[in-house]
Amino acid sequence: MNAPRTTGSQRAAIERTGRTLGRRRLTNSIMLGVMYVAAGLATLPLVFILVHLVREGASALDANFFTKMPRPVGEAGGGMANAIAGTLVLVGTAAAIGLPLGIGAGLYLAEQGSRRLASTVRFLSDILNGLPSIVMGIFAWQVLVRPVGHFSALAGGIALGVMMIPLVTRTTEEMIRLVPASLREAALALGYARWRTSLSIVLRTAMPGIVTGALVAVARIAGETAPLIFTAFGNQFWSLSLDQPMSALPLQIYAYATSPFEEWHRLAWAGALVLLALVLIISLVARFVTRSRFGGGHD
Amino acid sequence: MTESAATVPAASSPDDAGIEGRSTGDRVYRVLTLACAISIPALLGFIAIEILIGAWPALSKFGFGFLTNSTWDVGAGQFGAAPMIYGTIVSSVLALLLATPFALGVAIFLSEFAPPWLRQPVAFLVDLLAAIPSVVYGLWGIFVLLPILRDTVMPFLASLPVLGSSPLFSGPAYGNSLLAAAIILAIMVLPYISAVSREVLMAVPRSQREAALALGATRWEMIRDAVVPYARSGIIGGIILGLGRALGETMAVTMLIGNRAEVSASLFAPGYTLASVIANEFAEASTEFHTAALMACGAVLLGVTLLVNMLARWLVGRVGRGGA
Repeated sequence: MNAPRTTGSQRAAIERTGRTLGRRRLTNSIMLGVMYVAAGLATLPLVFILVHLVREGASALDANFFTKMPRPVGEAGGGMANAIAGTLVLVGTAAAIGLPLGIGAGLYLAEQGSRRLASTVRFLSDILNGLPSIVMGIFAWQVLVRPVGHFSALAGGIALGVMMIPLVTRTTEEMIRLVPASLREAALALGYARWRTSLSIVLRTAMPGIVTGALVAVARIAGETAPLIFTAFGNQFWSLSLDQPMSALPLQIYAYATSPFEEWHRLAWAGALVLLALVLIISLVARFVTRSRFGGGHD
Repeated sequence: MTESAATVPAASSPDDAGIEGRSTGDRVYRVLTLACAISIPALLGFIAIEILIGAWPALSKFGFGFLTNSTWDVGAGQFGAAPMIYGTIVSSVLALLLATPFALGVAIFLSEFAPPWLRQPVAFLVDLLAAIPSVVYGLWGIFVLLPILRDTVMPFLASLPVLGSSPLFSGPAYGNSLLAAAIILAIMVLPYISAVSREVLMAVPRSQREAALALGATRWEMIRDAVVPYARSGIIGGIILGLGRALGETMAVTMLIGNRAEVSASLFAPGYTLASVIANEFAEASTEFHTAALMACGAVLLGVTLLVNMLARWLVGRVGRGGA
């Protein structure tokens, strides 16, 4: 592994002697300048998107947006009250599935898995995390919509929940591994059973980190659209029943953005602003939880 | 990824039961957590099987021809996924070509020579790019990116001396196109590539850098000759991980690519991807067979992303093991 690298540097060093120092310094400054520019350009799209989103979204956002239902085409006004409620219900359903399974799997991987099984599960968890969200959507449709014969919020929630599992598993395992072994040993020495040690000492110590991981996972799935298109499907009316089609902010933004109506475009921007604000607030809270408990952590 | 975690050993191995043996509580706890862990491989298998079952009618009728046939005609019941496979590959590869230089620039900038006061904000902004929901990218793409492409970028590309007359930039510039999809994908995968690359670069030992500097290398020479080669396989892994994201990215692409099942050499032409055909047609699929064909697109996408992700994990893991 090391041999070819050394040869590479040596070859480069020999090449270097052939050139003047001035030219090398010039190349150095040029390339470092290029890196600065690349870093600057990479952050530009974000700035563009945020500025545009805030400008368009803020002008369309008012109290009606949060309290009114969508209006038919041609009528001004209206809001996305049902979509906001729907997103909350869907995310709640997803968390009810993703959190227990993810935390349980993380506990197993961190403290009792046989090495082979644990590394296999860890690998497959990464693979599950990399699956396209649309694939999760057709899976949920095939298993939960097709047999029943109608769209349901439950199918959407489960699709999102499955997406959460690998995210939660990974952070839970990492956080539990950070708990000092001495803590666990002390509890065992005092006569605690293993399961009580794990749940009331280890898990509790790692809790702030796990909460952060859970919030990050929630932030990621809250903005997902693809798994919901043919599971939760969307709904123009107020519905909180898991058995019925349900609206969600991303679905509503998608429907409005691709419609030909000016008024709906306006609402789509407002919806996007609210969705992004929701995602960012959750992410910021996640950072704050880690910082406050661990006393100004890294990152 | 977490080198620090490796230094803390897992506290107990499964075989060392305590003096009094395992209590019922321990056994229940173990079985429950094991069930959670097993649920991950089980779900993965379940997903693959269910999608194959759903896709079976189409796969068994068209066989291998499903991948090579370029006719996607819902009315006639003819389904070939070649245009979608073409669109998926072209948009993803082009996105990587656009994103990689910038992503590496950011990663090297942040890990090697950013002043401390700039490091945090730039890293935060790039991370933020990954937090924006896909549908918001799509919305921005429709109302901001498409007009710019249509009115400025596309006419400019078409007026370039030699390239402009090539088939790559031919045809009318409507906006909705493979090019638009590739640009939005580039913005979306950039944070993934740069995050992985940065992590890998930071895992390069200090001694590697110090040795290069001690030999009289300038900073750029140090980066080029000592740091990047050491991290090479991890960086490639990061790029492939980005490819995995790009291949499966759905909403923004569906909103910008134009959704037409054609194979065209022009980047200005509308196209389709495996993910966007599902997003666009699945809910309205009228026949059993149409649904099965869309499921088959999902199965192809599933298979490809599985392979790509496995390759990426393997490459990134290699640096992690050999590095720190």
